[in-house]
Amino acid sequence: MIEIHLRHKQGDFRLDVDLALPAQGIIGLIGRSGSGKSTLFSCLAGHIRPTRGCISLFGRALYHSEQKIHIAPAQRGIGVVFQDGVLFPHMNVHRNLSYGAQNVGTDFWHEVIAALDLAHLLEARPARLSGGERQRAAIARALMAEPDLLLLDEPVSALDPGLKARTLDLIARVQERTRVPMIFISHAPEEVRRLCDQVVTLQGGCIRSVTAAGAPARPYPAPAEAGRLRCAR
Amino acid sequence: MLALSPMEQSALMLSLNASAQAVLWSLPLAIGLGWLLGSRRFPGHALLNAVVHLPLVLPPVVLGYLLLVLLGRNGAIGGPLYDLFGIRIAFSGEAVVIACAVVGFPLLVRAIRQSAEAIDPRYARAARSLGASELRIFVTVTLPLMAPGILTGITLAFARAVGEFGATITLAGNIPGRTQTLPLALFTVTQSPGTEAEAMRLCLLSLALAGAALLASESIARRMTPVRAAT
Repeated sequence: MIEIHLRHKQGDFRLDVDLALPAQGIIGLIGRSGSGKSTLFSCLAGHIRPTRGCISLFGRALYHSEQKIHIAPAQRGIGVVFQDGVLFPHMNVHRNLSYGAQNVGTDFWHEVIAALDLAHLLEARPARLSGGERQRAAIARALMAEPDLLLLDEPVSALDPGLKARTLDLIARVQERTRVPMIFISHAPEEVRRLCDQVVTLQGGCIRSVTAAGAPARPYPAPAEAGRLRCAR
Repeated sequence: MLALSPMEQSALMLSLNASAQAVLWSLPLAIGLGWLLGSRRFPGHALLNAVVHLPLVLPPVVLGYLLLVLLGRNGAIGGPLYDLFGIRIAFSGEAVVIACAVVGFPLLVRAIRQSAEAIDPRYARAARSLGASELRIFVTVTLPLMAPGILTGITLAFARAVGEFGATITLAGNIPGRTQTLPLALFTVTQSPGTEAEAMRLCLLSLALAGAALLASESIARRMTPVRAAT
């Protein structure tokens, strides 16, 4: 389960989120530019400290303003994949993948490399990779740290349509094989519909709706859930 | 060594040695300050930046005089050093290194600061998300990405130190074989009539050293830019 109850103020912008979802499969987080996706991403990853509220993942508090809990990003167990990969440019793909793979088993290492078709690219420097290859390597690098949750921040938005479709299919396959829950952030509804089991829509810093795959959108929070959307103590 | 006289050879070697030592000793502090100024915002940032860059705009003789006041036998630092340990800094080989280090320091920090500013903060965020400690991130990600700035800074500071005159003559004097660097040797030669050929030789030597350092700096910057630009 992932629980997010946040109030965050940044200049004129307010993020006001109450969300509790099973952390499984791929959760889509969709919204237009300025809806709060990036702020929520930064709060989850621990890059910024929300004004108040709490975040917990599988019952473990990552942030709790009242209990003064703020787990450092390095200890959160949350992997991140940025829009343009952000591979370390001075390391080849193998060294990028090894960076967070401190205790990873050989089987998992080979599984991820095979799933993302990276075996022939291990010696290449990031500058030599295409956009799609770079994203595949970035996803693999994040998975090698064996995260409890993987955040993908618009990972295909910079790719051309054909490559975008192939990369989305690849992400779905990788999720099935590794079973690592993912949050897929995007501003494109068609990407999220194609990929995600649940879709959370953000608008103006608030959650507008939560939709299960194939089901109609429902307003959020649903009346039955509204009463229990509080930070656990 | 070509047709250099013993005095010229000594001045050249002293200049190269003092400049290399000056850069080497000031490098760790310059890396720390360059990184701090380039990647962090904190109260006093502008003041620290101004203090670091002060030697760039102060007349070198003023710098030399201030250093002499601090490091001379009766100075705030030089006095206790002499009284307690018998160490005399002013008018010594060490004084040449210190003068060279002080004038080259802003160029060193400036180049490193600029390279630190150019590093995408998402590299550190990605490394954190992979479980890396801040020290590991600095050593394995930040430092290699700052390398072009560090190398550029080293060559610029070295070139500046080789050409240093005002602070050196004020703090270290002009003692042949001991504190007489290349510019001081040139100055000494120009004070005597009929030494035009000698003066021109020293002049050309200085030009060659400065030119080589600048070319090296440009070449390093060109070679390393693609590494920094790639994501």
